[in-house]
Amino acid sequence: MHTAHLRRVVLLGAALLVLGAALLVFGLGIGSTGFESLLAARHDPVALQIVWDIRLPRTLGAWLAGALLGLGGAVAQGLFRNPLADPYLLGSASGASLGVAVALMLFGGSVASTQWVMRIGLTGAAFIGAVLAVLLTLTLARGVQQTLRLLLAGVIVGVVLGAAKDLITIASADILQAIQGFILGSTGLVGWSACAVMAGACAICLLSAWALAPVLDGLALGEATARSLGLPLGAMRAALVVVLALATGAAVAQTGLIAFVGLAAPHLVRSVVKTTHARLILLSALMGGLLLMAADLLARWLIAPQELPVGVLTAVLGGSYLLWLMHRRSARSGVA
Amino acid sequence: MSDNNDTNAVPALEARRVSATLGMTEVLHDIDLKLSRARWTSIVGPNGAGKSTLLKALAGLLAHRGEVRLLGEAQGRVPARIRAQRLSWLGQSGTGEASADDLMVYDVAMLGRLPHQRWLAAPSAADREAVERALRSTQAWDWRDRPLGQLSGGERQRVLLGRALAVEAEVLLMDEPLANLDPPHQADWMQTARGLVAQGRTVVSVLHELPMALAADEMVVMDKGRVVHHGGCDDPVTHAALEQVFDHRIRVHRVAEQWIALPL
Repeated sequence: MHTAHLRRVVLLGAALLVLGAALLVFGLGIGSTGFESLLAARHDPVALQIVWDIRLPRTLGAWLAGALLGLGGAVAQGLFRNPLADPYLLGSASGASLGVAVALMLFGGSVASTQWVMRIGLTGAAFIGAVLAVLLTLTLARGVQQTLRLLLAGVIVGVVLGAAKDLITIASADILQAIQGFILGSTGLVGWSACAVMAGACAICLLSAWALAPVLDGLALGEATARSLGLPLGAMRAALVVVLALATGAAVAQTGLIAFVGLAAPHLVRSVVKTTHARLILLSALMGGLLLMAADLLARWLIAPQELPVGVLTAVLGGSYLLWLMHRRSARSGVA
Repeated sequence: MSDNNDTNAVPALEARRVSATLGMTEVLHDIDLKLSRARWTSIVGPNGAGKSTLLKALAGLLAHRGEVRLLGEAQGRVPARIRAQRLSWLGQSGTGEASADDLMVYDVAMLGRLPHQRWLAAPSAADREAVERALRSTQAWDWRDRPLGQLSGGERQRVLLGRALAVEAEVLLMDEPLANLDPPHQADWMQTARGLVAQGRTVVSVLHELPMALAADEMVVMDKGRVVHHGGCDDPVTHAALEQVFDHRIRVHRVAEQWIALPL
């Protein structure tokens, strides 16, 4: 029973991993000194340093941030029973970046810092900002029932918190520069310590989301049915909001605002295979990692030797995808 | 609880002075009701009579005043998980399960086994058997590998029904289980309900299809948030109450060994 279905799930997971590994090798080869650095790395210490300390953590970091966002998107869509929910659209990403700006204003330092204390501190600040933003969005939307209301509240929270962050950066000129690249969303500053923080957050989020996934399955049948199944909804919803905020916060604190990866990843997975949330979340993380790594490669390569901030690229690609999704949904149901 | 008769004397569900408010208005007023075990009871009444609200209150899904007792125990004191093993609730279709479109039929039915599974444990052989039995009994087994979103309204209803049956609970509460079902599948549903009652389970259903509701053992007639009458489906007094709440716009007749209600 169910073997054909399970095979699809495993196949998709394996394909996403293999593609990810292939892109990782590409990522090592792309940069201002080109593919030769990779070939020269065995005997040239400078080339080795470029590949090992710049390209590898950055490429890996793009994958990890994408995985966190993909996971966050799958959790958000299940938790809010809303297929258009995503860390960015719910305002949690803006909250996280505001958290980072506040932390920088209060304690100084740079978003590019590789110090451990700094990385973990920024992640913590982003996490708190993300939690507060999600709560604010939910309060404004008065619950999760109405798609449009929720999205509108998310957009408003995003704009307001974004403006607050702008005020802070303008008021304290010394962090303006530091935060510039970060606003657009960039993987250029990711080093090994950032990678480690994201890997840790990713492991925690995956495990917790996996453990909480049955709640998301139950919720899909409606709140009353979920409660009739004996699920303790209150506590588990709170735990899921924490998972969502940690995933968003960890990604935003290292790479800035990267839009739509969290929205697109679960949709792409569902277009290939329909499955329970435990598997959907894992596959969405793999998909998100692949998407952001691919976008990062494109951003580095499109106008080489210069590079685009990857957040700009995901906004253009992901935004078009969102428009298409909404168009298809409204065409199918007859209403917007 | 020494012998079987004693157990049967404890009602499956009992409401004691249950009142409930939705928003600012009281929609249930001081309901007292005893539903006996191993019986099929249908709840009927005009739109807005409070049928679904009563069903939710009985299922422990709605804040209310008064007390609901499930199999002799106060509902509030039974842990949620134990309650979920004993009582299965099927909501009206189209109320909130739209987000399940991306779940497979089999996975939807397996959710009915959640109360019986240890957290994160893989489904046991017993779980899989229960799911297969449930989906077969609603003729939904053939779609087990299809997403819910690809099914028609009636097919979907049969899957959701299968989910509720998969719990294999002692007490089953169903809110308009026949919505979207064609006549043959309505008849199937009735057989399923009869089969459950024969096994000693208790079935309570809110029904708009009066002939189907009159095929039950007992009938609860509701109007304006109150239980107007509770009696046997063959009892002329029940029929009179039924005609009364529908403003005498219907009349109950005996046709081909069944009760039917025809509009006047």
